[in-house]
Amino acid sequence: MPDKQMQTVDGNEAVASVAHRLNEVAVIYPITPSSTMGELADDWSMHGHKNIWGNIPDVIEMQSEGGAAGAVHGSLQNGALTTTFTASQGLLLMIPNMYKVAGELTAYCMHVSARTLATHALSIFGDHSDVMACRQTGFAMLSSNSVQEAHDMACIAQAATLQSRVPFMHFFDGFRTSHEVSKYEHLSDDDLRAMVDEDWISQHRKRALSPDRPVIRGTAQNPDAFFQAREACNPFYEACPGIVSEVMDRFAKVTGRQYGLVDYVGHPEAEHVVVMMGSGAEAAHETVDYLVDKGERVGLLKVRLFRPFPMADLVTALPETVRSIGVLDRTKEPGAAGEPLYLEVVTSLNESMQSPAPRFAQMPIVTGGRYGLSSKEFTPAMVKAVYDNIAGNDPKRRFTVGINDDVTGLSLPYDADFTVEPDDVVRAVFYGLGADGTVGANKNSIKIIAENTDSYAQAYFVYDSKKSGAITVSHLRFSPRLIQSTYQIETASFVACHQFNFLERYDVLEKAADGATFLLNAHHPADEVWDHLPNEIQQAIIEKNIKVYVIDASKVAKDAGMGRRINTIMQTCFFAISGVLERDEAIGQIKKAIEKTYGRKSQELVDSNFAAVDAALAHLHEMKVPKDASSKLYRLPPVPDHAPDFVKQVTGMMLAGKGDLLPVSAFPVDGTWPVGTTQYEKRNITEEIPVWDEKLCIQCNKCMMVCPHAAIRLKITEPANLKKAPKTFKSVPFHGKEFPDQSYLLQVAPEDCTGCTLCVEVCPAKDKANPQRKSLEMQPQRPIRDQERENYDFFLNLPETDRTTVPMVAKFSQVLQPLFEYSGACSGCGETPYIKLVTQLFGDRTIIANATGCSSIYGGSLPTTPYTTNPEGRGPAWANSLFEDNAEFGLGMRLAVDHQEAHAKELVKALSGDIGDDLVTAIINAEQNDETGIRDQRERIAALHQKLAGNNSPEAKRLDDLADYLVRKSIWIVGGDGWAYDIGYGGLDHVLSTDRDVNILVMDTEVYSNTGGQQSKATPLGAAAKFAMAGRPIPKKNLGMEAMAYGHVYVASVAMGAKDAQVVRAFTEAESYRGPSLIIAYSHCIAHGYDLSHGLTQQKLAVDSGHWSLYRSDPRLMAEGKPPLQMDSGAPKTPLGEFMRHEARFRIVERQDPERYKMLLKAAEKNAKLRHDLYKYMAGFSEPVEDDDQEAAE
Amino acid sequence: MYLSTTYLGLKLPHPFMAGASPLSGDMDKVRQLEDAGASAIVLPSLFEEQINQDKKLTYHVMETFGDSYGEALSYFPDPENMKLGPHHYADHLRKVKEAVDVPVIASLNGVSDAGWLDHAKLMQGAGADALEINFYFVATDLDENGQTAEDNLMHIVQHVKQAVSIPIAVKLSPFFSSFSNIGHKLDLAGVDGLILFNRFFQPDIDIEEIEIKPTLHLSDSTELPLRLAWLGILAGRVKASLAVTGGVHTVEDAIKSIMCGADAVQMVSALLKHGPGHLRETRDGVEQWFEEHAYESLSQAKGSLSLEKAPDPAAYQRANYMRLLHSWRM
Repeated sequence: MPDKQMQTVDGNEAVASVAHRLNEVAVIYPITPSSTMGELADDWSMHGHKNIWGNIPDVIEMQSEGGAAGAVHGSLQNGALTTTFTASQGLLLMIPNMYKVAGELTAYCMHVSARTLATHALSIFGDHSDVMACRQTGFAMLSSNSVQEAHDMACIAQAATLQSRVPFMHFFDGFRTSHEVSKYEHLSDDDLRAMVDEDWISQHRKRALSPDRPVIRGTAQNPDAFFQAREACNPFYEACPGIVSEVMDRFAKVTGRQYGLVDYVGHPEAEHVVVMMGSGAEAAHETVDYLVDKGERVGLLKVRLFRPFPMADLVTALPETVRSIGVLDRTKEPGAAGEPLYLEVVTSLNESMQSPAPRFAQMPIVTGGRYGLSSKEFTPAMVKAVYDNIAGNDPKRRFTVGINDDVTGLSLPYDADFTVEPDDVVRAVFYGLGADGTVGANKNSIKIIAENTDSYAQAYFVYDSKKSGAITVSHLRFSPRLIQSTYQIETASFVACHQFNFLERYDVLEKAADGATFLLNAHHPADEVWDHLPNEIQQAIIEKNIKVYVIDASKVAKDAGMGRRINTIMQTCFFAISGVLERDEAIGQIKKAIEKTYGRKSQELVDSNFAAVDAALAHLHEMKVPKDASSKLYRLPPVPDHAPDFVKQVTGMMLAGKGDLLPVSAFPVDGTWPVGTTQYEKRNITEEIPVWDEKLCIQCNKCMMVCPHAAIRLKITEPANLKKAPKTFKSVPFHGKEFPDQSYLLQVAPEDCTGCTLCVEVCPAKDKANPQRKSLEMQPQRPIRDQERENYDFFLNLPETDRTTVPMVAKFSQVLQPLFEYSGACSGCGETPYIKLVTQLFGDRTIIANATGCSSIYGGSLPTTPYTTNPEGRGPAWANSLFEDNAEFGLGMRLAVDHQEAHAKELVKALSGDIGDDLVTAIINAEQNDETGIRDQRERIAALHQKLAGNNSPEAKRLDDLADYLVRKSIWIVGGDGWAYDIGYGGLDHVLSTDRDVNILVMDTEVYSNTGGQQSKATPLGAAAKFAMAGRPIPKKNLGMEAMAYGHVYVASVAMGAKDAQVVRAFTEAESYRGPSLIIAYSHCIAHGYDLSHGLTQQKLAVDSGHWSLYRSDPRLMAEGKPPLQMDSGAPKTPLGEFMRHEARFRIVERQDPERYKMLLKAAEKNAKLRHDLYKYMAGFSEPVEDDDQEAAE
Repeated sequence: MYLSTTYLGLKLPHPFMAGASPLSGDMDKVRQLEDAGASAIVLPSLFEEQINQDKKLTYHVMETFGDSYGEALSYFPDPENMKLGPHHYADHLRKVKEAVDVPVIASLNGVSDAGWLDHAKLMQGAGADALEINFYFVATDLDENGQTAEDNLMHIVQHVKQAVSIPIAVKLSPFFSSFSNIGHKLDLAGVDGLILFNRFFQPDIDIEEIEIKPTLHLSDSTELPLRLAWLGILAGRVKASLAVTGGVHTVEDAIKSIMCGADAVQMVSALLKHGPGHLRETRDGVEQWFEEHAYESLSQAKGSLSLEKAPDPAAYQRANYMRLLHSWRM
């Protein structure tokens, strides 16, 4: 056997490494948590990495997982070794093809990072609900429990499918395995070659479609044939487990690692056994070892092959002494007799017991439990609880573990303090900010330790659901033995807090063990920092005898030219004080890693990182710990006292990081959640906020328009309302005739602002004597936080402006209350201002269908909800269905609203005797084209409800239920370009082809933003993206043109940074149009690669350079004999290269290949001109009005 | 007519060359310049500051959001062949060297000592026949006196000269209090050529937006006299070659430059306006003029109107100013 080659990567990479080397074609579509596998495969192919046969696999990104599955099927039918990577809803979209591929007995191995299916809510985290939804497809299913196993099983599954012809789904736990970085033994190309027989590949190719030996597949069969033909595959399934077993034995010979179809560990005469699959089995294994050491007769059966289910192997593997079995499923099947693995185990045991030679003297008691849904932690304490349950006299036959189910009482109690981790395992926890590089540095650190010592290493990272100011928690373990602790660290010998302001928000020392070391990044010197610590932290330090080290890493980083990247500095400090590696060696290795990362790109980057490393130790000091906790500062409450009970009791717990402790009864039963709860989460994530100089302000209201988080607000009010204003509250007389004698108030939400500076950038009001100063200037938040909090509270309590008095133009749109506020979107987000605008203009009568993606994440990710209500309690109602079906979902909403409105009208007419003719006529004929019309109709409906009160006729009751539909509802179908251009395009196109009144808002970032920058069909020519690394050679799809081709669709293309007046005009026109409307809104994004504080300037440049065109196409104009298309931007007047050179997505192309960049730039310029000329032509094209049209218009 | 000249020790068939500009950054244009008869090609300046900013910006935006959100561990592809810093400049230089037969002169604008030296060596390694040191410097620091600025220049020149063996030329601005002395000191430091003068990007003001707009105006012939004056003053008095740049648009401009002592005539704005072919027209025009005026060779005319040789040398000095001033009539 050759020398072991150890590597330290995450599960996704370990799997992709095998898949890429054992396949010829990979067809993928990004979906969390599997995206990285496809990205790596593409990256490797782009860099010329070859498979074991010496050719470079073709990797292609499709428009959806459904498309990927189709392409996989086609590729397989033509003989290529083909793979894909997916998860969750993506896997569901592949199911139709999976039946086909299996029915055709096709050798194929796909890799799934198992993820929760969306039910009452979406979850990106891991469980087996997706893979279990495929257990009926005919695919073999092979499970792996760790990074090493995922790497190994990827090979075993591939070999087994080639030999057996049964297609394989290899699965492993999303995040826990896919994202865990771990040291593992790498399979060499020779290892892989030894596992795959060329004969099988030859057979696979011979089954391919070929006109040289034509056959036909995919016939339609009738009752006379189908059944028998379906049974004809049985021998293959019967043979499959044996083949897998044989492959595993061969694998053992090649690598020394022996796997079985099922693997038993524990006491050879165990009485109580747990049966399970997936990463949780490793925590169970660790616990079993511990318990057996303590003398308990317990065991664990790890099931690896779930389909075809190895019934006999399972029974045989169980010790004859077994009395009780707990089967654990990481999925939930409401209403089933039991979860899938449980049912398989029960059936297997029953058959054994009914056989002539039963395995057991008496049928063991079998119980079934659920654990770990959506990556819920599964710890040794929970494992112990399962053994305690099955060892009891009266075990719960159905149970859950890991939660407190106080509703149905299914959950098992567990002792949270029970732990099995030995003391010689180094456990370190790091609290960092997303943007400070903490996770990257920790990935680097564990590589250093794993590659330079004999230690095993494991790293797991917990990410925030927020995209701005996001906290990351890194869990690192180093052990002399294989690490099987597949759960987060509970007690740590080392804790680092990389951001000082976390101390007032999080209990960062909660996990610190007695005598732990605490590394703190603070802007205070070591001898002064104590007085700045919250009292709770001081107490923890004293009580747990914690050693504290302090460094001002932000200053060191700044001085070294590293900006806010404190990663290498904190990493150096970690090595210096944790003692996991000899200090000088560690520093040498850190530098080596820096050289490896940046050396090929830039020596200067290497130098600045080296300087940071060298400076780190000189600035690291131990803090002397006083005897008493004297601080007057205390950790901030997660939500304020005035928050509603639900927010305090549920949201507050989640915000405090204690959501795991909430019982089942705390939660809504159907996923329905209250709106407007971000207002209670005062995040305080920015060091600077804008401050208003009212004397310079020209009252243009642009700052409110562009604020992504609704954290700068405007009100116009009676001066009398300001009598009780706080001392520092600012106001000026309103300039203009629209609101005479009123006061103009502009107020920043000091604790909700994310510090993006877009408002300052857009502010046109300069001090004429010193144009460096504007009406909005950034200033440190801390000194004015209390004052501005008081001012903002006062501001919020002032009355909102009467909507009927507000002119619906850009400037005054900002007088309207935003009903979307303080979301977790990126600081400087280019999408959220559009959504906020929808809520301002129509929010009190809007229903939103939101495609999955960034906008569903910042729109609906718990703990808090940004959509909110106005003082009357009205606001947007919001729902997310899926990624692929959003247009249809929104259309369904329209159908329901229209139908119920029509029925309500019928009932109004039918009940006219009770209601009164005048009211009936007014309701039926109501013009609801403006705010006054809406208000009047609302008053009529209120009157209607009054008239119906006490009327107990079925019709009256029904009308009472439906009457609110008589107020016009605005349906908004919202999503990103990944949805609209790619996965949801078919549905979007269909919805556009109807005459229904829906408003579709596509926030076009020109790339898949949420899943990390994969190209979409909206990615522009010349931009680099994942799967278009060398720069996209094809122009983006012209979605607007396609929609305009229908003729009856209102279409607008807008860019807020270029022309906000046009945006508001387009939104109001689209909403007023009683057919389908499509607005394509240019949205700057972090995936464009520049500081988003320049987002609006770049948007303007996008339009000026012809990268983006502004237009509105209104079919109503045709009836007036005018061209429907109106151009709102002129011919390109700035070189396109000016726009492109500011953005990394284009610069990456130039930095790879300047000549190609020039070629793509020229092509993009040509395309921009062509597009503009075409629009210009269309804008001059009109048809003469015919009498019929005129009548219709009238 | 024999137009040959020696510039930076390079024997050239004539003095007309393409100065540093975006033209020579484009391979097609480089070939056109050679076809138009350019005796040498100066590549665009490599700005160290720009490289550093570009690197940091690219590094910052590509890495900042990585590893911070569970669904996206990165937002950009990470191509192995992506090079930041001066490598593309060196690659381009190599390609130009392969594509043309005429000498190729690299141009460098540094900030740090390391930047000047490393990049100079890189250019030499990539095959540059000579190196222009583009000393683009704006004296905004209230505490920095003229001597310090001059010392900085000399420090850089001496170090680069030591670091590379190819000829170096220094491209200067006219804003030195004693320009002749600077020329002399550079000459003593062994500089192979002086290029007169750099053109500064001068700001314009947007009075509506109350902001400064950086602008770039192409030169015209009115900018030439300043160059002629200092060419004439230095010609024959320094060993270093002299090149003129900024303001040579016509045949007459070129002849004047030669008569004032230019060994090389760099053209940029005129080529940007009229295309690379304008270089040949100028060269031919000059040749024709010299022939029509019975010059035997270019060297006969070179420096004929310098301070040393001019029939009225006082015209280069204060008297010239006085005379011009007094010639105005209201």
